[in-house]
Amino acid sequence: MEFIKFRNVEKTYKNGVNALYNMNLDIKKGEFVFVIGASGSGKSTLIKMLYREERPTSGEIYLGGINVAKVKNSKVYKLRRKIGIVFQDYKLLPKLTVYENVAFALEIYGLPSDEIKRKVLKALDLVGLKSRTKSYPDQLSGGEQQRVAIARAIVNSPKLLICDEPTGNLDPDTSLEVMKVIEKINDLGTTVVMATHDREMVNKMKKRVILLDNGKLTKDYEKGSYKNHEVV
Amino acid sequence: MRKEVIKIMKWFRILIRNIRDGFKSVGRNLSLSIASISCITITLLIVAVALIVSYNVENITKLVKEDFTIVAFIDTDASDEQIGELKSTIETYKNVESVKHETKIEIANEMKNTSDSLSGIIDSWSDESNPLYDTLLIKVKDTEKISDTANKVDNLKLIKEVKYGQGMVESLLSVFKFLEKAMIVAMIALIFVTLFLITNTIKITIFSRKREIEIMRLVGASNFSIKQPFVIEGFCLGFLGAVIPVAITLYGYSALYNHFNGQLFSPFIKLVTPEPFIYIVSLVLLGLGVVVGMFGSYRAVRKYLKI
Repeated sequence: MEFIKFRNVEKTYKNGVNALYNMNLDIKKGEFVFVIGASGSGKSTLIKMLYREERPTSGEIYLGGINVAKVKNSKVYKLRRKIGIVFQDYKLLPKLTVYENVAFALEIYGLPSDEIKRKVLKALDLVGLKSRTKSYPDQLSGGEQQRVAIARAIVNSPKLLICDEPTGNLDPDTSLEVMKVIEKINDLGTTVVMATHDREMVNKMKKRVILLDNGKLTKDYEKGSYKNHEVV
Repeated sequence: MRKEVIKIMKWFRILIRNIRDGFKSVGRNLSLSIASISCITITLLIVAVALIVSYNVENITKLVKEDFTIVAFIDTDASDEQIGELKSTIETYKNVESVKHETKIEIANEMKNTSDSLSGIIDSWSDESNPLYDTLLIKVKDTEKISDTANKVDNLKLIKEVKYGQGMVESLLSVFKFLEKAMIVAMIALIFVTLFLITNTIKITIFSRKREIEIMRLVGASNFSIKQPFVIEGFCLGFLGAVIPVAITLYGYSALYNHFNGQLFSPFIKLVTPEPFIYIVSLVLLGLGVVVGMFGSYRAVRKYLKI
């Protein structure tokens, strides 16, 4: 069953730049997909359209039956509650503790405090940071901060986890650590779509790989790797 | 039914958390909060001074206007009956508030009290040789039309002369009119400046928290629940900013009033009594601070929600 469907999606930015051409793509439930490509190939645009930060100029994007392109600005939050997003720069609030940063994502739903506590500790346990609840982001290493961000993204048990170069700021060992956490989450049934530049990681993971080149989907490997000749 | 209860509980919890967060962020962003609060304090101080000055000016003009009187001198050969008729005729005029008859004997007695040298002369007068005239003191409703009314009275039979401070009254009236207009313009301008200044300061406060708003949106906070803590924060800023102006109004004005014994330079210029005046001004200041604070925050957040 297709969880994510792209149908003839095109994107032209207001300044005239074409970011995506006639994109057709299906992603099944529970899949782990890498989106790779050089800078400016349209990776980020594809990712941003998934969480409705950008709208396609034409075409349709379905996410679990919802036409994402048609979601109104005022209703975007309903979509966002069904997905978790992880960024290269973590996007943690520096003045909140680790616990508060993760709990923040649940408080906005109005859940009772004991339920929030249970879920937050569970998510922090999953990323291996249960002992750091009272720390502030600047007291953590980059890898730890990214794991906090992952905990925040999955605390609401989303069906889809979107990662925009989550290991871009991390060294190879830490990247592997973070990647293992994400793989664990994928094993628990969450679909993962990840844009990345990390060649080594893609080769090691043996997951589905989608290659973008100048806004076009050029390669789609079932168990792919990042081959040298594909890098522009 | 159960579902609705759960939903209400949910909203209630969100509200409580947002109130908590609103108060917390005043402390968390202390330096910017202090900047906003001092901006609100200063503008509200200016508003307080303007309110007090303009209300006092209005009060003084009102008192002076109440003193405007038409004095009509009656012919000496008019009988008491004729004077009574005259009085009731004038009382029917639309613009006339009240008419008071003063006999020449009453006037003579009044004059005696004003100076010793006069009293000797006046004492020598008998009722017949009293050279003064009986007068009618006429108060008008609309001081702007005082000259029309005076002319009408002047044209009546048995009225010898009419005096109402011709020339003086007109120029005073035009000065008052100008003052009133200037006050209104100044108040409106001031309110706009306050609005602008406060919303701008709060905008800067919130601008520095663009990231916070962005993250709230990314984790699925609805626009409403993003706005709420900021609006509550704006309420706190406005309230805290109004504290000093309100204190100065309450204590400062009373002290000023007592210091000058309720009058400025001469007994004619009376200050407005502090109670309930200062309470009204304080309420206006508090309301202005809180409303503008909330409105400013609301406007500023909205700007970052249009994605």
